[in-house]
Amino acid sequence: MAHSTTTVSAPGRDVWDGGVSPMGVSYGKLMMWFFLLSDAFTFSGLLVTYGLVRSAHNAYTGAVDAFTFSHSYWPIPERVFDAVPFLHGVTLPLVFVGIMTFVLIMSSVTMVLAVEAGHRMDRKAVEKWMLWTILGGLTFLGCQAWEWTHFIVGTDTGTVIKELSNGNWVERTIFGANLHENQYGPPDFADFFFFITGFHGFHVFSGVLLNFLIYYNTVTGLYERRGHYEMVEKVGLYWHFVDLVWVFVFTFFYLV
Amino acid sequence: MAHASHESQVTVLPPDKEKIKRLWTVAAYLGAITVVEFIIAFTVPHGPLKTVTFVVMTIVKAAYIVGEFMHLKYEAKLLMWSILIPMTFVIWMLVAFVYEGMKISSAHF
Repeated sequence: MAHSTTTVSAPGRDVWDGGVSPMGVSYGKLMMWFFLLSDAFTFSGLLVTYGLVRSAHNAYTGAVDAFTFSHSYWPIPERVFDAVPFLHGVTLPLVFVGIMTFVLIMSSVTMVLAVEAGHRMDRKAVEKWMLWTILGGLTFLGCQAWEWTHFIVGTDTGTVIKELSNGNWVERTIFGANLHENQYGPPDFADFFFFITGFHGFHVFSGVLLNFLIYYNTVTGLYERRGHYEMVEKVGLYWHFVDLVWVFVFTFFYLV
Repeated sequence: MAHASHESQVTVLPPDKEKIKRLWTVAAYLGAITVVEFIIAFTVPHGPLKTVTFVVMTIVKAAYIVGEFMHLKYEAKLLMWSILIPMTFVIWMLVAFVYEGMKISSAHF
């Protein structure tokens, strides 16, 4: 009785004196959450700007089958992203990006299984699931490299545009897209593609590096000596966030 | 020698079968929702209804990832709301900017 009175009411002894974790999590985990919140704002900024610019452009209203690339309206994503590696000339709308989505969801699952193994101090299982997660991340990056290459190189026939040159309207065929020219539609479309998927891809790249670091520290037994695998959890939060962002990019960039 | 005996002291607990099963169930939900999104993408004509459906399905997927995989559902409620409440600003931003974009569009075309 006397003991409990002194700990609670002694002057200056409260939650701010240390020894207590606010919100019931460690410092590192709380800071990871707030970093992810700020990162979510950054991605929201990019995606909302995409929404603004897209809705400010003319929408394509005709039939999907009759769609052709033009600068006068925003393209339908399913007609832009319809190629799959090794199947040249075959129209498979959104199939490849579907595979990429599946790869990233699976690597999120293997990550959460690594966290579960860490709770049980099962070093071998953490190593196994971290390797699968790293493999998933690298596969996604490889797919994205192919997707970017295809987008930049362009289709076989290209798109004919009319432009004013020395006072005359001349026709010119453009292939693929870069930051100021785009065969698929308005240049803004390509700019957003590069910025949004590029910024996400950079997050995946950093995530793979962090995952490798965690794998390395697990193999060398650092976390076993430390007595807990909380670092796996913290990097896991980051990795799930990368998957989460892709879910939104997939919807707003490829589906809508 | 001393090192080896120290490492053998770590007790490895058996896998939590129930927890692992729930994680795979969540993964199956995420996969299934994505498949349904694909079907909708090629069968339903473009329009506001389609967009709303996609947004709702995306939010469901996001809730599963954040709630189960990131474990936010099981954290202290204060932490959960500290993360979720600031995100409502994004909804406001999205509505405001897309509305602005549509006004620009109708002024141009």
